[in-house]
Amino acid sequence: MIETLGLAYRYPGGAELRFPDVQVDQGGTLLLRGPSGSGKSTWLALAAGLLTATEGEIIVADQPLRALGGRARDAWRAGAIGLLPQKLYLSDALTVAGNLALVYYAAGLPVDHGAINRALEALGVGDLAQRLPEQLSGGQAQRVALARAVLRAPRVILADEPTASLDDGACASALNLLRQSAQGCGATLVIATHDRRVAEALPQASELLFSSQNGTIPASDGHRSL
Amino acid sequence: MNTLVLSWCYLWSRPLAAALNLLLMTLGLGSMTFVLLASHQLDRAFERDLAGIDVVVGAKGSPMQLILSGVFHIDVPPGNIPLADIQALAKHPQVAQLIPLSLGDSFRGFRIVGTTPAYIAHYQAQLAQGAIWAAPMQAVVGSQVAAATGLKTGDRFAGSHGLGGGGDEHGHTPYTVTGVLAPCGCVLDRLILTATESVWKVHEDMHSGETPLDKEDQEALEAEREVTLALIRYTTPLAAVTFPRYVNSSTGMQSAAPAVEITRLLGMVGVGTRVLQGFGAVLLLMAALGVFIALWSAVRERRSDLAMLRMLGAPPWKVGALLLCEALWLALLASALGLLAGHGLTTVASWLLQADKSLVVGGWQWVPAEAWVPVAAVGVAVLAALLPAVSAYRVDVARLLNSR
Repeated sequence: MIETLGLAYRYPGGAELRFPDVQVDQGGTLLLRGPSGSGKSTWLALAAGLLTATEGEIIVADQPLRALGGRARDAWRAGAIGLLPQKLYLSDALTVAGNLALVYYAAGLPVDHGAINRALEALGVGDLAQRLPEQLSGGQAQRVALARAVLRAPRVILADEPTASLDDGACASALNLLRQSAQGCGATLVIATHDRRVAEALPQASELLFSSQNGTIPASDGHRSL
Repeated sequence: MNTLVLSWCYLWSRPLAAALNLLLMTLGLGSMTFVLLASHQLDRAFERDLAGIDVVVGAKGSPMQLILSGVFHIDVPPGNIPLADIQALAKHPQVAQLIPLSLGDSFRGFRIVGTTPAYIAHYQAQLAQGAIWAAPMQAVVGSQVAAATGLKTGDRFAGSHGLGGGGDEHGHTPYTVTGVLAPCGCVLDRLILTATESVWKVHEDMHSGETPLDKEDQEALEAEREVTLALIRYTTPLAAVTFPRYVNSSTGMQSAAPAVEITRLLGMVGVGTRVLQGFGAVLLLMAALGVFIALWSAVRERRSDLAMLRMLGAPPWKVGALLLCEALWLALLASALGLLAGHGLTTVASWLLQADKSLVVGGWQWVPAEAWVPVAAVGVAVLAALLPAVSAYRVDVARLLNSR
């Protein structure tokens, strides 16, 4: 589950974002909707433990993140969070399988080649394991990045603009894959998006709406459905 | 997958940059190795050849020339000295041992030295085959001479006039090889040794030609006999104070103290060594700069890879260690290649010196100072990687997560 209470983040420059409280059950879906620059990615970074809230509390996968120090937060993230950033960050120095092996390297665990193959197979890219990322199409690369996100069956999947620049067919397919992958491992799915098609495709999802405002406090308008 | 494997993959993902940096570091470490090897071996060669020789007495001239020609056999002697003067000097109470050396001829560039068996005993050289000469016109050849000329026991050869080879051949007075010395790693390896009388005989026969000498002429020739120089060991170290002054002021000869001249020589050679060391240091500095630039640009290029690792839960030290490890791979490879290149270069130098019948320097010897080569490589690599590693350690993941 995910729960926030009085969550706020102040950037080193002084601008502050305040987020309305939200609660999503384990296995549920939350959409962070709003235009670019409205704070969706910052919320994701807070949920991933990459940023520390300046006020309030955020509990992700039953873990209050304020209670965790830097090292513990890294270890927690390695086990509990599956990240699918908008820019996929596949390393050109490594093969597809090598990119997935980074998940184990980051967590300090021995590489489970069987799990890597199964994750790639499940997403229909099993035959691409030995290719380099530069040899993949955009859709294939996204599947590989998704396989990396769900490889260790995380409790929460955080996806940032997963359908940006996809046509309608590819958008539906990507959302389908995300939803199935999250269901497959019983993970809570959080999608940050400004794409209306996502909300239409996931009508049952909770929503947190973000808006850009003038001044230094561009924050959520506090609207929350469900 | 571990940090070593991953850093190796990252290193060679930019093969041109990696290869150029490797080359630069290898050149620096190779020159460092060469200087260490050559200077160490030259020092050892000087020490070995000088051991037990307190003073060299010869014709007046340059004292360093006397040492170089008489001890190391790499220069021409300043002249000859009368045999009678040397015989008188041998009786001096401060002289424990006097070994006369007569130079003048050579065989295929290798010097023929007229002396006594005490010269061989002085360097504790052993015979690989045959025996020491028992009569004039018999010779013992050094190991390097035997290897280069193919001379073996029982062979006959004629020396040619002059020390550099190419002079008139003394075909009417050939030598017979009675023995071959085992390698001693000293100056004897590249000499042909014979009795002092052999040298006199060769030159007296040359001057008399076909006409036999009468008794009076023979006595006159014997009275004029000379040697080139004498290697002397003192009875007491205190002789170093008075004996050279005695020789220089009371005889027509000059004395040269090897320790003094070699210190002077090493001082001069040292300038060249320091220039080479400086050159190696500049190369190493350039290599360090190259590694720094490569790693710094790697951090910039790979910022997203490093950020992804952080997103996946890798602690910052692990991300910094990747960069450090990449630099250490370069250091390790460059150390191995640099040592190989240094030894290869020394082997080439050794081959050239051997062809020149000069000092003995071997390429495939290891000296303790070489342990500094990998230490320097690692030091340079760590220094060069420090800033990029800190930059990788501090990579701003949240900002990169926001980037489109």
